[in-house]
Amino acid sequence: MDASVLPENPLPVGSKSHHASGWWGMLTIVATEASLFAYLLFSYYYTAAHATNPWPTGGAPDFTLSIPGTIILLAGSFVMAWGEHGIRKGQNGRLAAGLIISILLALLFLAIQFWEWFHKPFALDYDAYSSLYFVITGFHMAHVAVGVIMLAVVLLWTCLGMFDSKRHSAVSIAVIYWHFVTVVWLFVFFTFYISPRLA
Amino acid sequence: MAVETFRTPMLVTAEEAERHAPGLERIWETPPGLWGWLTSVDHKSIGKRYLVTSIIFLILGGLEAAVMRLQLAQPGMHLLSPEAYAQLFTMHGVTMIFLYAFPVLSGFSNYLWPLLLGSRDMAFPRLNAFSYWMFLLAGIAMYVSFLTGRAPDNGWFNYVPYASRGFDPGVNIDAYALGMILLGVSTTVGAINFIVTLIRLRAPGMSLNRIPIIIWGTLTASLANLFAVPAVTLAFVLLWFDRSWGTHFFDSTGGGQPLLWQHLFWMFGHPWVYAIVLPAMGIVSDGLPVFCRRPLVGYSLVALATVSTMVLGFGVWVHHMFATGLPVTSLSFFSSASMVIVLPSAVAVFAWIATIWTGRPRFTTAFLFFAGFVLLFVIGGVSGFMTAAVPADWQLTHTYFVVAHLHYVIIGINVFAVVGGVYMWFPKMTGRFMNETLGKWSFWVMFIGFNIGFFPMHIVGLQGMPRRIYTYPADVGWGTMNLIITHGAYIFAVGVLLFLVNMVVSRIGGKRAGANPWGGGTLEWSVSSPPPPYNFKLIPIVARRHPLWEEELGEGQDRSSTNTRGFLLNHGRETLGTTMLDAEPDVILKMPEDSVMPLLLSLALTAFTTGLLLKLWLLFGIGGGVALLAGIAWLWPQRSLSQIER
Amino acid sequence: MRVVLLSTLLLGIPALAAAGTPLGIFSDSGHDAQEISRLIALFGGVSIAVVVLIALLLASSIWHRRPADTSGGRPQRDEGGLPWIYWGVGISAVVLLICMLFNLGTIAAVARTPDDAAITVQVTAHQWWWEVEYQDPDSHKDFLSANEIHIPAGEKVRILLSSADVIHSFWVPSLAGKMDVIPGQTNVTWVQADQPGTYRGECAVFCGAEHARMEFRVVAQTPKDFEAWKVHQLEDAPQPQDATTLRGRLAFESRCAACHTLRGSSAAGMAGPDLTHLMDRSTLAAGTLPNDMGHLADWIRNPQKQKPGTGMPKVPVSEADLAAIVAYLRTTH
Repeated sequence: MDASVLPENPLPVGSKSHHASGWWGMLTIVATEASLFAYLLFSYYYTAAHATNPWPTGGAPDFTLSIPGTIILLAGSFVMAWGEHGIRKGQNGRLAAGLIISILLALLFLAIQFWEWFHKPFALDYDAYSSLYFVITGFHMAHVAVGVIMLAVVLLWTCLGMFDSKRHSAVSIAVIYWHFVTVVWLFVFFTFYISPRLA
Repeated sequence: MAVETFRTPMLVTAEEAERHAPGLERIWETPPGLWGWLTSVDHKSIGKRYLVTSIIFLILGGLEAAVMRLQLAQPGMHLLSPEAYAQLFTMHGVTMIFLYAFPVLSGFSNYLWPLLLGSRDMAFPRLNAFSYWMFLLAGIAMYVSFLTGRAPDNGWFNYVPYASRGFDPGVNIDAYALGMILLGVSTTVGAINFIVTLIRLRAPGMSLNRIPIIIWGTLTASLANLFAVPAVTLAFVLLWFDRSWGTHFFDSTGGGQPLLWQHLFWMFGHPWVYAIVLPAMGIVSDGLPVFCRRPLVGYSLVALATVSTMVLGFGVWVHHMFATGLPVTSLSFFSSASMVIVLPSAVAVFAWIATIWTGRPRFTTAFLFFAGFVLLFVIGGVSGFMTAAVPADWQLTHTYFVVAHLHYVIIGINVFAVVGGVYMWFPKMTGRFMNETLGKWSFWVMFIGFNIGFFPMHIVGLQGMPRRIYTYPADVGWGTMNLIITHGAYIFAVGVLLFLVNMVVSRIGGKRAGANPWGGGTLEWSVSSPPPPYNFKLIPIVARRHPLWEEELGEGQDRSSTNTRGFLLNHGRETLGTTMLDAEPDVILKMPEDSVMPLLLSLALTAFTTGLLLKLWLLFGIGGGVALLAGIAWLWPQRSLSQIER
Repeated sequence: MRVVLLSTLLLGIPALAAAGTPLGIFSDSGHDAQEISRLIALFGGVSIAVVVLIALLLASSIWHRRPADTSGGRPQRDEGGLPWIYWGVGISAVVLLICMLFNLGTIAAVARTPDDAAITVQVTAHQWWWEVEYQDPDSHKDFLSANEIHIPAGEKVRILLSSADVIHSFWVPSLAGKMDVIPGQTNVTWVQADQPGTYRGECAVFCGAEHARMEFRVVAQTPKDFEAWKVHQLEDAPQPQDATTLRGRLAFESRCAACHTLRGSSAAGMAGPDLTHLMDRSTLAAGTLPNDMGHLADWIRNPQKQKPGTGMPKVPVSEADLAAIVAYLRTTH
């Protein structure tokens, strides 16, 4: 028998200070959801490449709201990372603060998105571009909304004092998803707001 | 009492472990009765459910084909209206490809993986139950539409614009979309479970070069599904938007692209066909060695071939679209890629032949199916090779030549491997042998019937018969071949019936089987038949690829500790987590108890999605609300899982 | 050697079966179809040889003589066998490479639409019939037909494919490979029939209820006959010569004009096929029925019974009117 497989030290029990199975699970969720957005953006680029009418409909969309929105979302990721670092040191309060601020920033981002939706010159069913715009940004907003729900539940558990410096895998797992949603937005932003200006 | 933070797992002998067996049994067993069955998270129970349910769908799909073959037996028959025929051929494809071919392999993998890997369960037992319920509900959703005469009727590939509201206004296509979205969830969470289980839950010493080939096959399929399934889910969501909200993703009047559907569908579809064959190939790669009394020839090459087939499989989807008017450069690239993919398959074929040649075959029913599989694999493979050539495909695509090809690969590779696998593992799962005489009859009837039924399809395709036609004229010369095909199909069906009968009578009164009735070498044969709910009293320490053959193979001094020593983990439901590359013990993982949340969440999500697709907003709201609460309840941190201190 | 002979023999079976069937792909007259047949023959021959070889190897692997088993069925060492994989995959790779080169060569021969096509025909696919349009630089010489495409034999013919509704596929197996017809884009294919004759075609992609009944014909004529045919097509439908045919034409103009065109009358409907020279065609309803008096009457009387789901509704018409319409249409040569 190969002696190297015998553990030299006692093993941790449960997800203490090790990546929980759920952490790996969240990475695979990120992989599959990232693929979903890859296919959504593929649909955009494919349709754009075959477009016969001027593209995008109504010209390249404005930076006025989208850049502040991007900054707000990025800020949310930084704040969440700050909060997570807090619980690693056992600072429950810092974690709670990080969660609350991130949730508010995300809600602000969603509000900006809705505002931009409302002020578009076209409706969902106008043409292929409008369909892609609303559905792709809509998919992203849905993912942000799910992220907000996840953070809210984690906030509840934080307030119930469930986490400490040793056991807080639910926080780490939620934060992976949170950063993923931010990164996806960067790709969506590039596609809609920057790529038409490159052509 | 504080939650444990560290523990050294006890390394004990088999005799000491015997004393702990009743305790382990109490910890792991599922209570009897309906509630126990509905809340069980035992991978063996879930695996058996997958197998039984997918075989029921196999029967339904077969019945659909049987009726179709009556309609086509002669020219100009009036058994079925064009619409009825369209629903039948669509549901036949959907049932076989989505509700049988993949779930049956999930069933095998679910049942076997922890036993093969030396673990007590999968990484996410509740998620496992959830993936089964979603599969069942997806199948029910699609068949409810069938029973109301509103089954999808545009083929399993569902091309737009015919799939759009203007041409197909009924709820048929929406039912298909609903089923596919639910099934996509099931497949994705199943894939996640397999991947994380492989990363974390192998027994100590079970490094990556020691895992059975079926693990490689299912792992590859799972990784592929993570990246491929979103394409088809998205395609159906965008189609639903076009149909229900007036968007223009696929409709050319608004600048939409009909071919976008085909790209999205086949970017999923092609990796999917490898997902439904690679685990089956793994069954044969693991089964032939048992019945040839020697390890598989070229294990590393076969593992590599499995992975490279799937990687290449992501780069060939356009070969389903050769006739759509794409640029020649693109056609040449995809044609060449579709030919290169022959090579990893050739590795596997020669590995199997070499294993038989250098081994000592035992002529069990399982062996017959595995050997027959090799020949059918090659026939299916070469017809694929022929259609990979673009100009040839321009004559052969959309004809019965392709129907012949796809049935040779799906029935030849998936069904024959599955049936062989059932004959091999039935004793393990039930503690009884299947009847060998009936088994051999079922093999020969299936093999002969299959070839009579499907080989002539190559010919009638060369004679110009297109796919998906409900009838044909008397003056095109297809009548003779079609009559032969119908006869062959029915002979094949009799063979399948014999197999089903064999399963039922053997379950009730088959000869009893011990732990290792075939003299196999891998870990599943080291536990009783059927295995106890906890799989292994002791988590074994593994030294080689075939722990039970180490004496005979004489590959060195190290020995696995199967049935001699191992890690006793009995502080509740526990198993051992190991490191990714070398499988060194890393963590004691706490496993969940039985729970009703998977069932509840799947019902709620089905209500949510049904409400959304059919615009039934009350159902949508209630479903969504219950889903949210069930999800939170499921994920609520628990002491028993060591997720929190208090 | 035996393997090669056996394979050639086995390849002959499907070839024989396919030859002589009107929609079969093996042809002696279609330019592209012949190129493709050569490729299919090569690939098919290789395929059958591979299958026969593997079958023999498999059988030998199972039944070849082995030294007696003294171990009592114990598993044996992991030895030998790897050369199988190296040789097998190596030889496969060489054969594959040769086939790939042939493939690329054939693609070059048939894929690009030639610039020097003698004529261009516009084909628009409908559920479930084929609209055929011949255009001329002088637009007065444009004309429409349906379900039958005439071409000059021995010349390259360019075909522009559009769809009026869903995806179809244009396929004349004995002349060329198929090309899908996709709404929103115009696909281009070409055919060349070396000999005069009639070549049957069919729709090859599921397009709805009557996909199974969407045939068409390509009629290749000597250049002289083809020119004569074109001139004839430009003529209006003949005037009625007696009371019955006059009644028929009037009934046609009142009952059928909403969908059909009959040049020379007031019927100018575009939803259905142009019927100006209906009697020149060999079938009705895209290959569904032979074009004779009885079937024409059956068709008009109840199209839904002959081809359920077809776009032509059951138009109420008295038996007397029906007979008159049939009598008139019989004159539309």
